Amino acid sequence: MPGFGAWTWVFYIFLYLPLVILVVFSFNAGRSATVWSGFSLDWYARAFGNESIQRATVNSLIVAFSAMTAATVLALLAALALMRGRRFRGGTVFRVTLLAPLMIPEIVTAVATLTFFSALGMQLGLFNVFIAHTVFCIPFAYLPIAARLSNLDESLECAARDLYAGAWRAFRRVTLPLAMPGIAAGAMLAFIISLDDFVITLMVADAGSTTLPVYIFGMVRMGTSPEINAVSTALLAVTTVIIVFHYYLSNSAKNRP
Amino acid sequence: MIELQDISKSFGADVVALKHVSFTVAENEFFTLLGPSGCGKTTLLRIIAGFEFTDSGDVLLDGGDIAQLPPEKRPVNTVFQNYALFPHMNVLQNVAFGMEMRGIERVEAADSARRMLSQVMLDDFAERFPAQLSGGQQQRVALARALINRPRVLLLDEPLSALDFKLRKTMRIELKRLQRDTGITFIFVTHDQEEALALSDRIAVMRDGEVRQIGAPMDVYEKPADRFVADFIGETNFLAGRVEAGGGDGTGDGAGDSTGGDSSRVNSLRVTLGDGSTVTARSQNANAADLRGAVTLAIRPERVALSAAATPGGVAGAIDEVVYQGNTTRYQITLQSGDRIAALETNAAAATAQFAAGDRVGARFEPQSLWVLQE
Ligand SMILES: Nc1ncnc2c1ncn2[C@@H]1O[C@H](COP(=O)(O)OP(=O)(O)OP(=O)(O)O)[C@@H](O)[C@H]1O
Ligand SMILES: [Mg+2]
Repeated sequence: MPGFGAWTWVFYIFLYLPLVILVVFSFNAGRSATVWSGFSLDWYARAFGNESIQRATVNSLIVAFSAMTAATVLALLAALALMRGRRFRGGTVFRVTLLAPLMIPEIVTAVATLTFFSALGMQLGLFNVFIAHTVFCIPFAYLPIAARLSNLDESLECAARDLYAGAWRAFRRVTLPLAMPGIAAGAMLAFIISLDDFVITLMVADAGSTTLPVYIFGMVRMGTSPEINAVSTALLAVTTVIIVFHYYLSNSAKNRP
Repeated sequence: MIELQDISKSFGADVVALKHVSFTVAENEFFTLLGPSGCGKTTLLRIIAGFEFTDSGDVLLDGGDIAQLPPEKRPVNTVFQNYALFPHMNVLQNVAFGMEMRGIERVEAADSARRMLSQVMLDDFAERFPAQLSGGQQQRVALARALINRPRVLLLDEPLSALDFKLRKTMRIELKRLQRDTGITFIFVTHDQEEALALSDRIAVMRDGEVRQIGAPMDVYEKPADRFVADFIGETNFLAGRVEAGGGDGTGDGAGDSTGGDSSRVNSLRVTLGDGSTVTARSQNANAADLRGAVTLAIRPERVALSAAATPGGVAGAIDEVVYQGNTTRYQITLQSGDRIAALETNAAAATAQFAAGDRVGARFEPQSLWVLQE
């Protein structure tokens, strides 16, 4: 079909050209976002020297790491219960409700979380953000873990038990190492989702616990500047590295028995 | 040594996997569970291994009840149908796993594992991962991984079914050798009757969760307990017959019974076929003299002797079909009584088929080979 190729090009241009421009002009020597006046790392130096940006970055990393850890552990437990344990009543309902947050509009979740926290009178700054992030990261962490576990032959666990390993040691020596690629993939996904989250964080975070995306939004409202380009490019780079790693990991997991 | 007493097991409301299964396996025995797919063989093994609980009944090992013990506390090991080798461990680590879990020093466990590997002829494969092995090699690793623990009982769930025909025959011999060398009791599951006959000391024939017969290979082949067993093990012709009053002549012919040798009494009796001819058959029935009325006779195709129609002493019939099979020739015959049977003749000498389709023949049944089934 003629034309399909052209449309694909249009799609790619609209998707990637703004990103390319953003990245390129983060290295611009001048202030302009349209006129190239030479290569420079000045904006990066200014961005990294900016204390507010530093604080926002640290906040983002603290939240992303802790939410990733908590969400992955909880998702692993849920996956083990749902995929491994005896079938229990309501198992299907549990499975569906676990994944529903993926489809609920984020703004709704955001408002609900905010209302919930204020109803509880919970004002713990970054801890509130951590709780909110953990909750919406769980389904993202759950999916790769569950996929990995469902591909694992259950008789491997039986074999371990048969060979004198108790339930815990069978898990430690057989199930856990074999589920590891799924767990790592789930953790990385949770990390990215948390790092990039904006809507929920905007609602939940108070002045002291601003994360990087929320801070960038604040800067943009004052007018774009190459400094924003530099910060955004850095964020983009981190995300890209993790996605590439995640892709590599899930591919190698598929190729392993 | 291992004793199952009246084991029953259901899954949910309507799947009855096992019904009142009882048997005892002796020390050092090669015991086989044989039956069609879905008859409950795997379920029975899982109960012995500890992966499944019974609804009722006891599992005794050396006189002690083990039904409540978890799998890791039972001196029983399993060779799984798909081998279930740990894919993230190499062959040596797989084989040493059981010893390590029992708290044996790593170095010592590795030494034993190496010795075990040489016993299954895999010395050079210790560092390989399961994915890098052929089916037959994986099979031997699975055997080594279980045998190294010297279990009281080794459970094998269709261990040969994933192998190709040639390899299956080789592994059969190897399996038998390992059992003899190690002196470990084997409980072996298969749905291949040839395998069961070739390997076992005793066979339990199962159907729909029930044990239909337990006996030595020769017993289940020569003296099948019922029509199912006769049909499932090897090929069998069935003939309808009647026992007239006074037909049972007690032990009269039994004296000449050459296949005896066991303690169970075998009697012979006269049976009238559909066309009025009479034959002599054997029966397990302790009171053959009391047997009356309609019976079913079983005879193996290779025991049917064909002769030209004129020969006296044969049951008359006509040949429908001749199939030349190289070492044997197979005849489909319709008897005058209406029964259709198959006869298998060995082509020991002549290269020509003796009879052609349409020929009238006499089929002779040796009394030792005609078996009265108990309905
Ligand atoms: N976990 C289970 N839940 C429900 N039904 C089951 C379960 N396990 C086995 N069954 C049923 O119990 C019966 C016996 O199964 P089992 O696996 O013991 O058969 P089998 O003799 O090993 O068959 P095969 O030769 O095909 O392996 C079957 O009807 C099967 O569908
Ligand atoms: Mg089975």
